[in-house]
Amino acid sequence: MPENDDGCVSTARGPIGGNAKAAPARQEEREVTAVTARVGAAAPDFEASALVAGRFKNLRLSDYLGHWVVLCFYPGDFTFV
Amino acid sequence: MTAVAARYAELRALDVEVLSVSTDSRFVHKIWQADELERMVPGGVPFPMLSDQNGRIGEIYGVYDEAAGVDLRGRFLIDPDGVIQAMEVLTPAVGRNVDELIRQVQAFQHVRATGEVTPSGWRPGQTALHPSPDLAGAVWKVWRPQQGQ
Repeated sequence: MPENDDGCVSTARGPIGGNAKAAPARQEEREVTAVTARVGAAAPDFEASALVAGRFKNLRLSDYLGHWVVLCFYPGDFTFV
Repeated sequence: MTAVAARYAELRALDVEVLSVSTDSRFVHKIWQADELERMVPGGVPFPMLSDQNGRIGEIYGVYDEAAGVDLRGRFLIDPDGVIQAMEVLTPAVGRNVDELIRQVQAFQHVRATGEVTPSGWRPGQTALHPSPDLAGAVWKVWRPQQGQ
């Protein structure tokens, strides 16, 4: 994994390959992205900025190939259901 | 997320890496960790907390709620080959069951290691099945629904 303890303005690529689209320049250009996540199919790769052990880093899902991964989406920080 | 964090040692023992994702920025993650999570779990949440600020990752996983601007509660179990083996998506009001997550990890790892298949509710040590033409119509001889409870 890259050691880039980035500051304020570093961007992460988001989805990589497949049906992933480049980030739209303006909100109105945003198109509906086809869902590509299905059981039995490859998990869509992505890069995201992350808090890792108190530091900021960009991570890719593909960094974790060779391990089991539980990817948990949740609606927001400071929520507790 | 703290419910998953509280069982993190069990997940690590199964060689499971946990990644959490929300539309919050990494700065908000940091303050949530420092302000609240560290008071609920010793040392705070031990896994990477990812930021999906524009919902594009949630979109390709089918969990981004455009109207609310947040990622719904979605859980994806991905095997060492990068293949999604299980997914569960809930609306925000109901939380996950970490017991069931761990049970599914154990079942998928058993399947991967043995080629057997696991019946409903299977837990380690219970009877798994060998798929074959001989098993057709003969499941009743080796497995009963009560075993899955």
